[in-house]
Amino acid sequence: MSMMKNFMGWIDDRYPMTKVWNEHLAEYYAPKNFNFWYFMGSLAMLVLVIQILTGVWLAMSYKPDAELAFGSVEYIMRDVDWGWLIRYMHSTGASAFFIVIYLHMFRGLMYGSYRKPRELLWIIGVIIYLAMMATAFFGYLLPWGQMSYWGAQVIVNLFSAVPVIGPDLGVWVRGDYVISDATLNRFFALHFLVPFVLAALVFIHIIALHKVGSNNPDGIEIKKGPKGNRWDDKAPADGIPFHPYYSVKDIAGVAGFLFLFAAAVFFAPEMGGYFIEHPNFEPANPLKTPEHIAPVWYFTPFYAILRAVPSIAGSAFPGVVAMFASILIMFFLPWLDRSPVKSIRYKGTLYKVMLWLFAINFIILGYLGTQPTTDLYKLMAQIGTIYYFAFFLLMPIYSKMDKTKPVPERVTE
Amino acid sequence: MKKLIVAFLLATAPLLGLAAGGGVHLDDADIDLGDQASLQRGAKYFMNYCLSCHSAKYQRYNRMAKDLGLTKDEVVQNLMFTTDKIGNTMNIAMTAEQGTEWFGSPPPDLSVISRARGVDWIYTYLRSFYLDDKRPFGVNNLVFPDVGMPHVLWELQGAQKAVFKLEKGAGGNDVQVFDHFEPVTQGTVSAEEYDQVARDLTAFLSYIGEPIQMERKRLGVWVLLFIAVFFVMAYLLKKEYWKDVH
Repeated sequence: MSMMKNFMGWIDDRYPMTKVWNEHLAEYYAPKNFNFWYFMGSLAMLVLVIQILTGVWLAMSYKPDAELAFGSVEYIMRDVDWGWLIRYMHSTGASAFFIVIYLHMFRGLMYGSYRKPRELLWIIGVIIYLAMMATAFFGYLLPWGQMSYWGAQVIVNLFSAVPVIGPDLGVWVRGDYVISDATLNRFFALHFLVPFVLAALVFIHIIALHKVGSNNPDGIEIKKGPKGNRWDDKAPADGIPFHPYYSVKDIAGVAGFLFLFAAAVFFAPEMGGYFIEHPNFEPANPLKTPEHIAPVWYFTPFYAILRAVPSIAGSAFPGVVAMFASILIMFFLPWLDRSPVKSIRYKGTLYKVMLWLFAINFIILGYLGTQPTTDLYKLMAQIGTIYYFAFFLLMPIYSKMDKTKPVPERVTE
Repeated sequence: MKKLIVAFLLATAPLLGLAAGGGVHLDDADIDLGDQASLQRGAKYFMNYCLSCHSAKYQRYNRMAKDLGLTKDEVVQNLMFTTDKIGNTMNIAMTAEQGTEWFGSPPPDLSVISRARGVDWIYTYLRSFYLDDKRPFGVNNLVFPDVGMPHVLWELQGAQKAVFKLEKGAGGNDVQVFDHFEPVTQGTVSAEEYDQVARDLTAFLSYIGEPIQMERKRLGVWVLLFIAVFFVMAYLLKKEYWKDVH
């Protein structure tokens, strides 16, 4: 014991090891009333680690070359020892990451985790989401299948729709006039780089979280409540040390998540064409456009918004603006909500209906984004797009009108 | 508000049905990858009928031998026509240029065709060639209209013609709808036997699409069992710690 103590003393004189451990784990007091939704943050970190580790190992056998890429993926699937498992963990991990993050974001919407003093925490989160989308987009080109190729073609063409500089911008992004070997090479480089930026952003996200403290399902600031618990008489009464209480709880959450994750990896890695699209088993062919091009499911709500907006004078630019606006509008959320309470538990019917409709609408938009356009689907996507923006833009009005319930002093069990 | 949601769901429900339809009806391939005899027969048909125009350039002969319960000698003597090294993949001598010249476009590699098209599609495709004078090889295909490929298995199946009937289309016009096939000449095997040939071939294509798939599912059961036990342990540990909190 004393040897350990001496060793830690030696370290602590040179690096604040014990201090960091205590501040962020053993003496970081989190509200004791976290529910199911609060697993998502730690699960997102787990998936990020899975993606980085499997990704590095895939990169050891993958060839970012238009002639070799498709074959090298099959080589990984067939000839590399356990390559199939690493590849399926990575392809399933991409979808799992978005599922976990969408639940994480919806948790924030439900319990008002973006409200003062957590505005910056939310904004960093939206930046993380953008970095994730960029990573996923670059990564989807790498298998060099038909959907990889044409999906990238469609998305990069969006940049070409920008007035004046568009065509040059498209060439600059692709490094060519069409998606080609040059594009594949740079997308591979970026797909390798951005996840490390993502990891750094996650670090910043956690620093911001630990500065302001975690929100909770009641939306009550435990730091403003009474002091003193069994561990520390100056700590919030409704707080418990993150370690060991939430570390053991999160391990159970991890086990639950891994069960579902492994079920997908081992029994349904294609997930009926949603995680790995069927046309992606045909090698990329620049001369053969697939009948129907749809991005992977996690991009489809935004793709539906893109297609819903009518083009002006033959330019798809308005749709492109709407699509980017639909993501960027999230940055303003902390200032759009004018409700006197944070959590959905104490908000009124009006807000609850608006929020649940928003979730349903997001799923419907996602479905529409996977389907070929028909007149009726287009109309539905247009209504969905209007609702999507109305949810944000009208929030200052309906969140104020909403009849709220009184918030208790202490967190509820 | 609830009424509105219900009305909305009712209004959109028929559309989902519409979206799911379209195209030709595909028959259930009903393959069994655990049936090694079926896979071995499929390999035999594949080597004899397919692997001269189509390659399977990601599938190795020795991997097939191992997974299908065949000895190396059996494969070398009976199934290996395009190479003399069992560690090689299933390549063909025909070049893409020759393929384009002879068939209009190069016959696609079949390594992962079962994953691109689905097994039901392949099973139906193999059974849906019919006589059509307008096509260069005298046959067309119901699930792949104007396909560039001849009916390679015609000796087995015999020739059949497609009988169409007139139906009222969406616009009120009469449209030709496929009704049934009618045999024209007798093949060397019966209709039921031919279905089995198509099924064996489909099973083999499904196998080469993902050689690990059976092992993956077998292993998956143990992985899930392990995680389930781990979950129980983790849950009990959590409960024990949280006694302090409640």
